[in-house]
Amino acid sequence: MKIGVLAVQGDFIEHIEALRRLKAEAIPVRLPADLQGLDGLIIPGGESTTIRRLGQEYGVLPAIRDLRQKGAAMLGTCAGMIILARKATQLENGSLGIIDVEVRRNAFGRQLESFEVDLPIAVLGGTPFHAVFIRAPRIDKVGPGVEVLATLPGGEPVAARQGKVMVASFHPELTPDLRLHEYFLRLAATSQ
Amino acid sequence: MEKGTWTVKTGLAQMLKGGVIMDVVTADQAKIAEEAGACAVMALERVPADIRAAGGVARMADPTVIKAIMEAVTIPVMAKCRIGHFVEAQVLQAMGVDFIDESEVLTPADESHHVWKHDFRVPFVCGCRDLGEALRRISEGAAMIRTKGEAGTGNIVEAVRHMRAVQDAMRRLTNMLDDELAAESKTLGASLDLVQQVHRTGKLPVVNFAAGGVASPADAALMMQLGAEGVFVGSGIFKSSNPTARARAIVKATTHYQNPDILAEVSQGLGEAMPGLDIKAIPSEELLARRGW
Repeated sequence: MKIGVLAVQGDFIEHIEALRRLKAEAIPVRLPADLQGLDGLIIPGGESTTIRRLGQEYGVLPAIRDLRQKGAAMLGTCAGMIILARKATQLENGSLGIIDVEVRRNAFGRQLESFEVDLPIAVLGGTPFHAVFIRAPRIDKVGPGVEVLATLPGGEPVAARQGKVMVASFHPELTPDLRLHEYFLRLAATSQ
Repeated sequence: MEKGTWTVKTGLAQMLKGGVIMDVVTADQAKIAEEAGACAVMALERVPADIRAAGGVARMADPTVIKAIMEAVTIPVMAKCRIGHFVEAQVLQAMGVDFIDESEVLTPADESHHVWKHDFRVPFVCGCRDLGEALRRISEGAAMIRTKGEAGTGNIVEAVRHMRAVQDAMRRLTNMLDDELAAESKTLGASLDLVQQVHRTGKLPVVNFAAGGVASPADAALMMQLGAEGVFVGSGIFKSSNPTARARAIVKATTHYQNPDILAEVSQGLGEAMPGLDIKAIPSEELLARRGW
């Protein structure tokens, strides 16, 4: 299993380390050529405006759309979710429309509102997942065919999946729990 | 739901990695920085080169300047407080800034104590010249570290010295025996706990950026190759002849720091860099890096 991690800005090293602990081949992606032969791609946390700017400079973002059309699985965490969404507030024409969700940037407020919480995520089993939200985006709307994987106690969706594409408002790469990455690798192994 | 924890403080620093944090003094400059791809901005009344030129006492920026910048951009906004001035830090936290830089660029308010940063919910970044200083700041609660370099000079030599000092000391720690670590913690003036942690992991427990003298894309890439996880650019952008082009070039150089072809491409046609200062020409009592301990 060969998984790329978009490595233009953000906490891509943490995703690469999580994948390697799960014995997957993990490759940093900075230019379109790095996307060759990937079974999946992770877009990490970071600053979405920065990732968008750097992704446009050498055509990596359009190449990611092509990779998805070839059937590769995708996971976006925080800024990565913003990039994969159909639409994101305050990022005009910045998102790729790879998953049918509308997201709101900085939905919980500034850094002082960043938080951590235990979330029940049924697809990951019975033990709650410790989720870290940093100036996090929120999912405002999900399209048909999108499954909500996790919600906050107030009911706001914070993780979703459509086919082989998965997004989360929080950062599974910042905690030692590998279940979400494991789930993503299983998704990447399925055909479609 | 827990807020203001060590995980969310150090977590924001993690999100800034591989990015460029730019000093800005107006909302317009902040927008230019955001558009160029800055991962955060530092809201100031004056950039370090102007602080250096003006002399006198440099304090926290006027809250109206910081507010205007916070309203202008969607990326994180940092602001500086004086070393040891915990009330300036309280004010900045009350305003809701995303990160506080307890900075030697401003005139220190206390010559014995840094701010006890664990008391705050907002994360702090602090400067260092060597590993001991970095670990002392982390013990006080700094969620991110940067080299001091020599701000406002456009001269990278001090940032290189400080980054090499930190990396060299960490490499030495990784090879030490337990009793040597105990002795070394005294020499470094740092807690044995943190010294043992660096010995095990080979790296700082928080994110480490370069700052103080970055003026060109090559400077940024140099610091990244020396082990920085991102860069601060102070006067280097808005004191240059073409801030927009230079800002974009430094952002690209920080991402593609290992790719000399891209570095060559982005270094072209940027116009004049900021005027630089020879460190040896600065009287030693005017060196900003000497502030703090």
